[in-house]
Amino acid sequence: MNITKNIHEWLFSLMPETTASIVEMVLIAVVYLAIFAVAGLYLVLLERRVAAWFQLRLGPNRVGYQGLLQTMADALKLVSKELTGTLKADKFLYNLAPYFVIVTALMAMSLFPFTKELHAFDINIGIFFLIAISSIGVIGILLGGWSSNNKFALIGAMRSGVQTISYELSVGLSLLTMVLMTGSLQLSQIVEVQEKGGWLIVQGHIPALIAFCIYMIAGTAETNRAPFDLVEAESELGAGFHTEYSGMKFAYFFLAEFINMFIIASIATTVFFGAYLSPFGITESIPLLGVFWFLGKTLLLIFLMMWFRWTFPRLRIDQLLVLEWKYLLPLNLMNLLLMALMVLLGLTIQF
Amino acid sequence: MSYFSDIYNGVKTLLTGMSVTGKYFLHSRKGAITQQYPDNRDTLKMFDRFRGEVVMPHDENNEHRCTGCQKCELACPNGSIEIIWDRQVDPETGKKKKMIDQHIYHLGMCTMCGLCIEACPTDAIKWAQNFENSVYDRAYLTRVLNKPGSKLMPGVED
Repeated sequence: MNITKNIHEWLFSLMPETTASIVEMVLIAVVYLAIFAVAGLYLVLLERRVAAWFQLRLGPNRVGYQGLLQTMADALKLVSKELTGTLKADKFLYNLAPYFVIVTALMAMSLFPFTKELHAFDINIGIFFLIAISSIGVIGILLGGWSSNNKFALIGAMRSGVQTISYELSVGLSLLTMVLMTGSLQLSQIVEVQEKGGWLIVQGHIPALIAFCIYMIAGTAETNRAPFDLVEAESELGAGFHTEYSGMKFAYFFLAEFINMFIIASIATTVFFGAYLSPFGITESIPLLGVFWFLGKTLLLIFLMMWFRWTFPRLRIDQLLVLEWKYLLPLNLMNLLLMALMVLLGLTIQF
Repeated sequence: MSYFSDIYNGVKTLLTGMSVTGKYFLHSRKGAITQQYPDNRDTLKMFDRFRGEVVMPHDENNEHRCTGCQKCELACPNGSIEIIWDRQVDPETGKKKKMIDQHIYHLGMCTMCGLCIEACPTDAIKWAQNFENSVYDRAYLTRVLNKPGSKLMPGVED
């Protein structure tokens, strides 16, 4: 894009190369941080409105037009709140935990191709990096639960560990199924394959659809959302791992949950639904509209996750493990074999 | 092979649940039960079973259906109802008869349990739909339900 190119050239003409590239990275990081802090807030608002509509309510519609400023006001309130903590908490870990969660969430954001040009960080192990980053987030949750010195927080954190370690497998394997078709882990190449031969969910038809279902289930579990919200299970554990957090530290956990949801939906958009590609190439001539298509698809998938949340009851811990180890994992392995066979025999649909 | 039929049934029931909530989602704009109260004060209509306060309906001849049997007073668990009555000569028959003077209702003590309305044999009292009951002096919460000069509707006691 022209603007970014101009800024890039201006920076490099101003200072030596190393400093310029560092300044550039910092600038991009700040922009991403700002955008996704705001995006997270609006996802919270979206969740509340959607939840209200599912329950035949209206939702917050008082602060600003249709409640658009509601979450801003909430965030302002949280900033002004006192940061409390337990007396016997492990202070260092207790303060560190929210940053683990929010930093990993924001790191993963940098990988997504919003358009062909608007792509901050394109490494050749993209998918692998995403899976790795999303599992570091759980360390923050475990630390938060452990260091709070609160039994509810500890139980919540341990459940989170069990859950994330189990469902990580399914997320990884279902993405691997799709990687079999693209032959690359790099996100830009995955999109390129889809540009040539149609979205991967169409290319891979049956196994891709199964992989998508498994991915959405496991992804919902990864983000600790209902029906897999044993981690914060309000009715049993208070607020779970973040029971002892208040003010802005609580807001970090809260925001990270929603950004994680965005990440899970974004990965699905990129891998299954052709990222910024428009359906049937309607708007191929205007590359900037890619942002619209990317966000549109992502929001649809986020809506799907919200639909899950307001439909299904919470699973018990043993049901959670049975679902993963007895159903999702064997199905996923079978699906992987099926996909490998299909790719080998050339049974994928190509346009 | 109950393994695969289990998966099939699981997916089927999940989709059934999602279709139910999906229908609610699509109808939420029209069917929302939330009332934006101070804004729609003029048009707001409470639902039929809402318990606002106890009232005694009077017809156009200023006649009510209360015979003064005091069953509501006895049924009330916290003494919100007091009936002041005496025996007066019935102008039609010439016999002495129990008649109410004042049916006093203390809204401030009422818990809206509805036992008085269930106990009333002649359906003389019923629930009103109003809900803006706050006043600046608690004395206003003591109400006389029968209007001044009202009398018993003929035929209620038969």
